[in-house]
Amino acid sequence: MNKIFLIARREFLVRVLKRTFLVTTILFPVIMVGFYAMMIYFSISGGDNYKIAVADEANIFHEKIESDDEISFEFLHNETPATLKTKLESGSYDGYVYIPSATRLLYNDSLQVVTSKSVAVMSREKIQDRINETLEQQRLLSLNISKEQLDSARKSNEINFITLQGSNDSDVKAGVSYGIGFISAFLIYLVLFIYGTMVMRGVTEEKVSRIAEVIISSVKPFQLMLGKIFGIGAVGLLQFIIWIILVGGLQFLLPVIFPEMLHQIPQQGMQMPGGMGTAQTMQTSGAMQGIMEGLSQINFPLIIGCFIFYFLGGYLLYSSLFAAVGSTVNEDPQDAQSLSLPILMPLFFGIVIMMKAVNDPTSSLAVFGALFPLTSPIVMMACIAHGVPNPIPYWELFTSMTLLIAGFLATTWLAAKIYRTGILMYGKKPTWKEIIKWAVRKS
Amino acid sequence: MALLELHNLKKYYATQKAVDGISFSIDKGSIFGLLGPNGAGKTTLLRMITGIFFPDEGEIIFEGKKFDSLTDITKIGYMPEERGLYKKMKIGEQVLYLAQLKGMTRNNAMAKIKFWFKRFEMESWWNKKVEDLSKGMSQKLQFVTTVLHEPSLIILDEPFSGLDPLNANLIKDEIYRLAHEGSTIIFSTHRMEQVEEICDHIVLVNLGKKILDGTVEKVKQDFKENKFNIQLSHVPEMLDGNTFELLQNDNHSLIVKIKDGYKSNDVLKYFISQNVNIEAFNEILPSLNEIFIHLVESTHATARAFQKAEA
Repeated sequence: MNKIFLIARREFLVRVLKRTFLVTTILFPVIMVGFYAMMIYFSISGGDNYKIAVADEANIFHEKIESDDEISFEFLHNETPATLKTKLESGSYDGYVYIPSATRLLYNDSLQVVTSKSVAVMSREKIQDRINETLEQQRLLSLNISKEQLDSARKSNEINFITLQGSNDSDVKAGVSYGIGFISAFLIYLVLFIYGTMVMRGVTEEKVSRIAEVIISSVKPFQLMLGKIFGIGAVGLLQFIIWIILVGGLQFLLPVIFPEMLHQIPQQGMQMPGGMGTAQTMQTSGAMQGIMEGLSQINFPLIIGCFIFYFLGGYLLYSSLFAAVGSTVNEDPQDAQSLSLPILMPLFFGIVIMMKAVNDPTSSLAVFGALFPLTSPIVMMACIAHGVPNPIPYWELFTSMTLLIAGFLATTWLAAKIYRTGILMYGKKPTWKEIIKWAVRKS
Repeated sequence: MALLELHNLKKYYATQKAVDGISFSIDKGSIFGLLGPNGAGKTTLLRMITGIFFPDEGEIIFEGKKFDSLTDITKIGYMPEERGLYKKMKIGEQVLYLAQLKGMTRNNAMAKIKFWFKRFEMESWWNKKVEDLSKGMSQKLQFVTTVLHEPSLIILDEPFSGLDPLNANLIKDEIYRLAHEGSTIIFSTHRMEQVEEICDHIVLVNLGKKILDGTVEKVKQDFKENKFNIQLSHVPEMLDGNTFELLQNDNHSLIVKIKDGYKSNDVLKYFISQNVNIEAFNEILPSLNEIFIHLVESTHATARAFQKAEA
């Protein structure tokens, strides 16, 4: 046991003290978040300001189109296209709209916005929307329908889903469950894949550099394999903890760095013209409230507990298989690719089942995937997010956990046998028949 | 007293009998040569002694008790033929790690490392990486990691390959010193001149079987061909071949083979009667190299043909 700890400590320290660990663990998420923040920042601030002169001879707009600091409309009188053009050229306006008195804009006539230079797509859309919204209001008024009347006619009623047990099963909650299930299942998949291949490469490296024989004359091959698996598992766990702390920290930091971002959201709601705007903000704030409510219904302690369990169980199950494959590889790294394919298959298979299970956690395929140890870490995470004991009954969760424990004990036992022979076997790439023979042979 | 006894060890692979009933014993404090051509089963045999492989049959007695790989491997130091160290790990940390795996405490290991690094003038290497070392340097390092935990049995597989004469002598002196201090050394090689120089006792294996076992002296005596070197003041014109057969006549120095039924004195008497001054007379013993080639060739096929094992 002491030797397993020694080996695990080395594996852990060698990786954690490397510069690349620092880069991938700390810099990578920071760069990613920074990248997204920049994208959000630029898309919100937009940058360009447009000041548009409106010469409304037909008095269709009644001197009013919603303006903001990005796009502003100014109504001018007694102008001709020629005078407007000179104003445009002098630079006091970025564009103008000339509406001759005979224009029947409320029917199908078109409108031209003359600008000094080509307008960016985003700004173009905003200008179009502003003008069309104002026109819509004018049309409604001409039919003697107020904006409020239309909104109340259009209002959609709330239709809720409630299960027989009486728990609230709202759309929002289903959506939140979907999101959490998908993200946690995908995270498990990534972890199994990244750290599994890390174990595989580590084993191959030890074999190729011939240190394995030196070590195995001091410790049992099983201890060496287990030490490596535990050490790399600890690296993964540490990386996760750092990421969680980083994400938490960034949530506090982001509003400080980009204070506009938070103001921007309610502001945009306010900009909606008239009653429509207020209705929309009410709707969005209602949705936010729904998401909050949905989140509050998610059993986070259960999900986090299960996540750790399935992360560890799945990691132990797969990493021992990856270690066995790593031990069969010789100098040619291409062997690793073809030999690890049978291990990657159930992982991909798990993702495929998960896609279905996250939508329909009670389907028979999802239940199978949640119980089968090679896919359960991925599929079960997607199911658990929908709730235990409903729709996932307790027996399913416990059976899945028991099978996973049995599964990793079995794969570790099997992998240890392949590993013990493979790690000292040099020369040609072993065939599957030979590998199976190593696995079933008694010591 | 025997430190290690092997009794009828067998290890069969699917395609060949790697070790097929080998027995011998090694005295405590001796330097033991395990010889054999490539593929004779030496590495498999060593791996069984180091506890890496379990024998299919037979038993290993270590320090008077049945070999228990769990406790006994800490008393063995094994330097495999294919050297291996972590290339990217710092040398000091690496040696410490390997020593701890052998069950040494950190403090004890550090003291020993200091001693050996000083002895081999390696103190400046501590923070270097193995990939920065030359082949000879990493060989020395590997030797240090093998003997650091003061094993009672040290197994060296081709310890001098890749070393210049200076460093080879350094390692050789250490081997003598360790043996003198009571360690037992198994020395596996196919470089016969080194075996002749260093080993007390040798065993030759081929095709998984033991074909020779004895002290270097005894083996040479067993395989001597009654050849003598005689140096004379002058060579008589007529050489009568009654008692001997002349193999070589080089100026004043003759190499003769004494015929069966005669003794060296008969040859000397002949020359004395011829009134020739004998300046030197000594027996020519076969070199281990000659014995090795002779034996391996007579068991034909240095490279073994694949044979189906019964088990």
